[in-house]
Amino acid sequence: MTAISLRGARLSYGDRVLWDGLDLDVEPGEFLAVLGPNGSGKTSLMRVLLGLQQLSSGSVEVAGGNHAIGYIPQQRALEQSMTLRGRDLVGLGLDGYRWGLGVRNRRERRVRVDEAIAAVGASRYADAPLGLLSGGEQQRLRVAQALVGDPRVMLCDEPLLSLDLANQRVVSELIDKRRREADTAVLFVTHELNPVLPLVDRVLYLVGGRFRVGKPDEVMNSATLSELYRTPVEVVRVRDQILVVGAGACEEQTHHLTAEAAS
Amino acid sequence: MSFLDLLELDFVQTALIAAAVLGLVAGVLGPLVVTRKMAFAVHGTSELAFTGGAAALLLGISVGYGALAGSIIAAVLLGVLSRRESDRDSVIGAILAFGLGMGILMLSLYKGRSKNKFGLLTGQIVGVDSTDLQLLVISSIAVLVVLAFIYRPLFFSSVDPDVAISRGVPVRGLSIVFAVLVGVATALSVQVVGALLVLALMITPAAAAMRLTASPLRATVLSVVFAEVAAVGGILLSLQPGLPVSALVTAVSFVIYLVCRGIGAVQRRST
Repeated sequence: MTAISLRGARLSYGDRVLWDGLDLDVEPGEFLAVLGPNGSGKTSLMRVLLGLQQLSSGSVEVAGGNHAIGYIPQQRALEQSMTLRGRDLVGLGLDGYRWGLGVRNRRERRVRVDEAIAAVGASRYADAPLGLLSGGEQQRLRVAQALVGDPRVMLCDEPLLSLDLANQRVVSELIDKRRREADTAVLFVTHELNPVLPLVDRVLYLVGGRFRVGKPDEVMNSATLSELYRTPVEVVRVRDQILVVGAGACEEQTHHLTAEAAS
Repeated sequence: MSFLDLLELDFVQTALIAAAVLGLVAGVLGPLVVTRKMAFAVHGTSELAFTGGAAALLLGISVGYGALAGSIIAAVLLGVLSRRESDRDSVIGAILAFGLGMGILMLSLYKGRSKNKFGLLTGQIVGVDSTDLQLLVISSIAVLVVLAFIYRPLFFSSVDPDVAISRGVPVRGLSIVFAVLVGVATALSVQVVGALLVLALMITPAAAAMRLTASPLRATVLSVVFAEVAAVGGILLSLQPGLPVSALVTAVSFVIYLVCRGIGAVQRRST
């Protein structure tokens, strides 16, 4: 059964069309990278899959609905004084959406949270204040938070942003391990393909209302990207990295679901 | 009169029960209020409880109901008007100023005893009668029951809104429900410590507790303990010298806060 399915999906705000006629099937265990410049509708796609944004037309289906989604946001600075430990963050991923105080099944809950924390190698600092942990430590706990609910689909929204190379590798390998072991589909929004290139099965590239889906080599080449950007773009392979020249710098972006939900 | 004689007076006992109930409610809500950065919203809501109380005085109905109505209306207004976090500060400021102005106007039109006027701002717990106490206890139970039901998703959306949204938590709706709960608790506190000093029961104990621990459960327990010590302790200390209750409640609360900041600073340095 397909994990994510979009049929003739169109999203527009007034006259501005973000994408139209988008057909996309993501299979269980597949790793799909979503690329594109700012404002191309990557985050909007994420919001559509989360049910926070209605499509202008077409249909969307996510297997199992919101409770079967593991969402990993980008790392950002937390307040040092925040009254929250990694253990609490992971626990919220398990049953934070349920009503009530959650006093029943505390033992079983603790076992599952401990397992999830151990699986990402975060046991040592799971009881420390979250705000005092490094970005890499926080993102490991984010992965545990997303996995503890046993998701069928993982939506990753720039989870490697602001991490150093070593931590980028650790976090992306944890996500990769999960989809191989549990057949979880991964939709990975990023503006930097190289750190996850060895893991990626297919790429969805969005530019100014146009898009292309395919294997990395099929999309990440000079002809395809020049057509998408409608300007000459040179794609160069250096060792195992892909360099895109002429598409304009993809500057760092910050976006939050809440900020957009509020507007 | 000796200290023990004072304790046997009916109005003192009523005051102590009222303070204990308030300490519980304020202590439980506090950590969530601090996490959600709503200190200024609580202040604004309490000022509008004053406006509601002043209106009630003028209309000749119970001040308690007036305060309750005032702060619930304020809470809903703040929740609806400040959808963006960046708007919240200025929305509260605008509503607060207008509300206070209206309150002062209504007090100036009121021809009754002036003691009642002053009490709305600085608290008059020794004036709490058994009807007020009944309203206080019933409202407090209602607040705690609703809070117990929404606690987990509310906590989730307070500390981790992006992921909470992704898991289907109704973050917007919960924030309005929570604002109403805070409004009710604020209106109740107004009677004890007055509109100007509500922060001493709802913010200071929680802020102190959160200096000591990163565990949300432990922070809530400590916050309740601190709020109880401040509310009940403040009244006990005020009896013999005959000093204003609100002055001592805020003083106790502030001393606890300073001590916890000190301990917290030492803890952080040693880890």
